[in-house]
Amino acid sequence: MRTTYAKAVGRALAEAMRADERVLVIGEDVSAGGPFTITSGLVEEFGVDRVRDTPISEAAITGIATGAAQSGLRPVLEIMYIDFLTLALDQLVNTAAKARFMSGGQLSVPMVLRTQGGAGQRAGAQHSQSLESWLCHVPGLKVVMPSRAVDAAGLLAGAIADPDPVVVVENKTLYFRTEEVPDAVAPAPIGRAAVLRPGRDVTVVALSRMVHEALAAADELAREGIEVEVIDPRTLVPLDLDTITDSVARTNHLVVAHEAVGAGGFGAEVAAAAGHAAFDDLDAPVERVAAPFQPIPVSPGLEDAYLPGAADVRAAVLAVLNRSAP
Amino acid sequence: MNADQARSVLRTMWRIRAFEERVGRLKRSDEVHGLIHLSIGGEGVAAAVCGQLRDNDVVYSGHRAHGHVLAKGAPMPETMAELMGREGGLCRGMGGSMHLVDVAHGMLGATGVVGGTVPAALGSALAARMRGEDTVSVVFFGDGAVQAGTFAESVNLAALWRLPVVLVCENNGFAEFSPRSAHTPVERVSDLVAPWGIPAATVDGNDAVAVWEEFGRLLAGVRAGEGPALLEALTHRLRGHYEGDPDRYRVAVAAEEWQERDPVLRLERTGLERGWFDADEAKAVREAAHAEVEDAVAWARESPWPTPELASSLVYGS
Ligand SMILES: Cc1ncc(C[n+]2csc(CCOP(=O)(O)OP(=O)(O)O)c2C)c(N)n1
Ligand SMILES: [Mg+2]
Repeated sequence: MRTTYAKAVGRALAEAMRADERVLVIGEDVSAGGPFTITSGLVEEFGVDRVRDTPISEAAITGIATGAAQSGLRPVLEIMYIDFLTLALDQLVNTAAKARFMSGGQLSVPMVLRTQGGAGQRAGAQHSQSLESWLCHVPGLKVVMPSRAVDAAGLLAGAIADPDPVVVVENKTLYFRTEEVPDAVAPAPIGRAAVLRPGRDVTVVALSRMVHEALAAADELAREGIEVEVIDPRTLVPLDLDTITDSVARTNHLVVAHEAVGAGGFGAEVAAAAGHAAFDDLDAPVERVAAPFQPIPVSPGLEDAYLPGAADVRAAVLAVLNRSAP
Repeated sequence: MNADQARSVLRTMWRIRAFEERVGRLKRSDEVHGLIHLSIGGEGVAAAVCGQLRDNDVVYSGHRAHGHVLAKGAPMPETMAELMGREGGLCRGMGGSMHLVDVAHGMLGATGVVGGTVPAALGSALAARMRGEDTVSVVFFGDGAVQAGTFAESVNLAALWRLPVVLVCENNGFAEFSPRSAHTPVERVSDLVAPWGIPAATVDGNDAVAVWEEFGRLLAGVRAGEGPALLEALTHRLRGHYEGDPDRYRVAVAAEEWQERDPVLRLERTGLERGWFDADEAKAVREAAHAEVEDAVAWARESPWPTPELASSLVYGS
């Protein structure tokens, strides 16, 4: 069926709530659907107890979700913008992520934290960031970042079934893309990458919105005779490194692309891990595509210039081929 | 409030109203950018509070800040240019609607993160006190911000350190799409601070005269070194939460009722009744405000777009 990323997420939530009465949705204005309509319709079916509106209290609601999860519920917490995750991080990082470990395995925190990031809507420096790499630095958290509607639904279902805290990072510019999605979406396994386009010349590992930019760049490069393999890791933690190194063994070239700034970005982790594991296969240094190291400007021309896109992926592919040892 | 003060407050209110209505239209023609939150209906609070502050008193705001910025003295052309993302804007096009700053006029910060500027206002108050100055710091925030952790933490610290700060809550009864009752069982924000010994009052925010009197009383104590105060102004957000909000979650106020409550018209009526100004003067103020907005739009449209080089030069100071 043709549907949007936003609707696919909403449907996955509804299905999880139907299947398991321990699942509840909690967050600011979730009963009204939130600013992106993701949770619309849920309160009508499941009621205000299970579709629970909260005040603007990110720290407390993250702690509440943690406590509820370790007491038998399966909360799906929404933090409206990833930019506000800053307020929730203490509970998430110091409590939820470490509860199993610090309790010697007694506690389990099966909570999901859904949020969304990304620029492109002139929303300015506090409503556009890509902060996923922070989360990847915290043992105990799992991090998924779907680029397609089918994975947004499948990974969310997988995350809800998971025994550990999983952060799902959606992207606001993808919400209203229409895509083909199967009528029944199976839960996607956490920790498995997807090869979205096969190619023999260069491997591009891209995250979230940049997957679509990489696919567009690959189409264009194909017309010039360059075959790009596009991999969406889908899960950042745990990372499916094997799919990436298998690809690099065939293409001998690697580009990583994300919208977050380069320094300390997840691309650095992929480059280092693949550079180590596939050192003998690489013909050139790994190229990274990322945003400039600065806050996100609101002025339209500046934001457009700031955002990495297909042209940057294309340039990186050409650069990595140019640097190949003959 | 005397006649001069009333004229000045009315002028500020019309300037904000005309500006906000124009910004709403500019949003629909995509000339101003991003998430735009208008303060139509709340002009009386911005005007009556900022109208009693000195240039070197400090103001902070949140996501609905245009009125506060103008009332504190920021020039309208530069404010408009910032909303349009132009280099001539207050923040050179880097901040936009939710991040207006004008240090020259004591406007030190607005934020898109609810509750985020409350502690910063305490910090400015602390700095003033440590320098031995009698300036005060004022922070505007919505009723939604009261449930954020920063509010509770700041109330305690402001009282503990007796900081010269006035917390001004614009309680419009809604946070985004939810009524206050969905967020808290406490109806009056002014009831929250009694245990800390913070003087607090609730006023009808649609009545600029009442806001003026009540804020003036609290301000005098704060300036005299008696510690923080809190003013809750009950307002109505005439527009949706943001421009483009379908606003289906509440019943609109009927046009006739709004005529009664509208803070700008209300101050006009009061001023005419009390002889603070006559109808011609009121009309002149209104027309001047609209003309000023058109000039500001024209000026902003002429302002160049900022360059990526400018943006990258603004990340660090050295
Ligand atoms: C920390 C944080 N959480 C959530 C949001 C999303 N949000 C933006 S405005 C708003 C409601 C604010 O309500 P209130 O403080 O009453 O101000 P009003 O919009 O009514 O002026 C919310 C929830 C945000 N900007 N920041
Ligand atoms: Mg409000």
